[in-house]
Amino acid sequence: MPTRFAPLSPIPVLPPLAVSLRAARLVYSGLILFDSLDLELAGGCFTCLLGPSGIGKSSLLRLLAGLTPPGISGELRGGDGLPLAGRVAYMAQQDLLLPWLNVLHNVTLGSRLRGERADRNRALELLARVGLADYALARPDTLSGGMRQRAALARTLLEDRPVVLMDEPFSGLDALTRLRLQALAAELLAGRTVLLITHDPLEALRLGEHILIMNGRPANLSILPDLPGAPPRDPGNPAVQAAYRNILQRLEAA
Amino acid sequence: MKGFWRGPLTLGGLLLAWQLVVTFGALPPYILPGPAAVLRRLWQQAGLLLYHAGVTALEIVLGMLLGTLLGCGTALALGYSRRARRWLLPVLIASQAIPVFAIAPLLVLWLGYGMGSKITMAMLIIYFPVTANFYDGLRHTQRGWLDLAQVMLTEPRRWALLWHIAIPAALPALASGLRVAAAIAPIGAVIGEWVGSSAGLGYLMLHANSRMQVDLMFAALLVLAALAVGLYFTVDASLRRLLPWHPTFSEPETD
Repeated sequence: MPTRFAPLSPIPVLPPLAVSLRAARLVYSGLILFDSLDLELAGGCFTCLLGPSGIGKSSLLRLLAGLTPPGISGELRGGDGLPLAGRVAYMAQQDLLLPWLNVLHNVTLGSRLRGERADRNRALELLARVGLADYALARPDTLSGGMRQRAALARTLLEDRPVVLMDEPFSGLDALTRLRLQALAAELLAGRTVLLITHDPLEALRLGEHILIMNGRPANLSILPDLPGAPPRDPGNPAVQAAYRNILQRLEAA
Repeated sequence: MKGFWRGPLTLGGLLLAWQLVVTFGALPPYILPGPAAVLRRLWQQAGLLLYHAGVTALEIVLGMLLGTLLGCGTALALGYSRRARRWLLPVLIASQAIPVFAIAPLLVLWLGYGMGSKITMAMLIIYFPVTANFYDGLRHTQRGWLDLAQVMLTEPRRWALLWHIAIPAALPALASGLRVAAAIAPIGAVIGEWVGSSAGLGYLMLHANSRMQVDLMFAALLVLAALAVGLYFTVDASLRRLLPWHPTFSEPETD
């Protein structure tokens, strides 16, 4: 087993894949949360979806992930017109590390589930990239919350799917850890089609190339004008501050 | 270190209370022999007691193994197949309405006086707790883990979900079932021996009782208790070792 890692070998570049969802509808205990909702994700772009709790963001993400909960429907396609199944990676608010597996085996879980040979070297490289080179054999319960979420990020990257769906993956972390992880995620997920769900406007402003706002009942989506500068943006940036006020006004107006 | 003395202290206290009852209750030895008499008998008849304890221990261990296999198999079938749930679950629950003690004479009739009927008794008595606990664990896999695995899979592979996620996640629940099993398996074996047998601690107790050898009966009882406690702690310690990742095992449950 190598103990030192060369810089990450280049990922075979995946052609960017756009995602299109049409006529999404969610009825939850008699309540229409959204209806005839359309969502387009630009291929290879980091999109943030911002909205208050309970609006149906997570359900929308689950629909995109192919986890169709009861009461939800919609027509989902990749930009190439083919189904999305098998081309999506999913990262949740909980790290979802399996407590009986060490970090390395957690990161390679996908291969084992599919009955493939796990790419151990690639997994170790990715663990080094997220700063967990020394923790490959550690049990998840010995890691801090931030380290666990970094392991989850490595697991998501090893899946190597063109579309990455993230459901508030950083919301359980302290402020400093969150900032570091956001920067790491922006760097490592570049070139993939990412949808990150969050209720934190600053997180959306820091990470999103495109920002969507979801509010109202039934909910609809509106697009925020793109911000200058590439993510991860500095939260102190005046453009970010102005956009922050804009977002708060929109959310309050709903 | 404080915990280490707790066991011997409790034991000492019980022995003292026992001796006090014998001394001040003025009980004749054929009703309640004193601890000294029982310990003397334990020493004199060590070979006899050891032989019968060996028989009982073998019955318990084999009953535990078979009951665990059968229970795990049933729980997996229940967890995997809806049809199995529809057919097996009512049978499983109904089977608990019949006390195992009531069918003990039948088992002896069918399987004879040998070990077979006792192993079956122990197996039947642990079958339900093992099955129920493991099945319960299999049903309550954390939703998020299954979601994650489902997104990772390109085609549905229920067996992979069961093997990689649901079964390991249910092991702590199975461990609870096995701990209950370790506590009750000796009961099954001894009941079987009472109903009809030619060896084992249960047989020895009945035999001694009918000959008014009450001290031998108590000696056999002590050995049985030691056997049962030893079995429980062995199972408990092994489970702790096997599932170090499970949070409740960091704090002893027997505390």
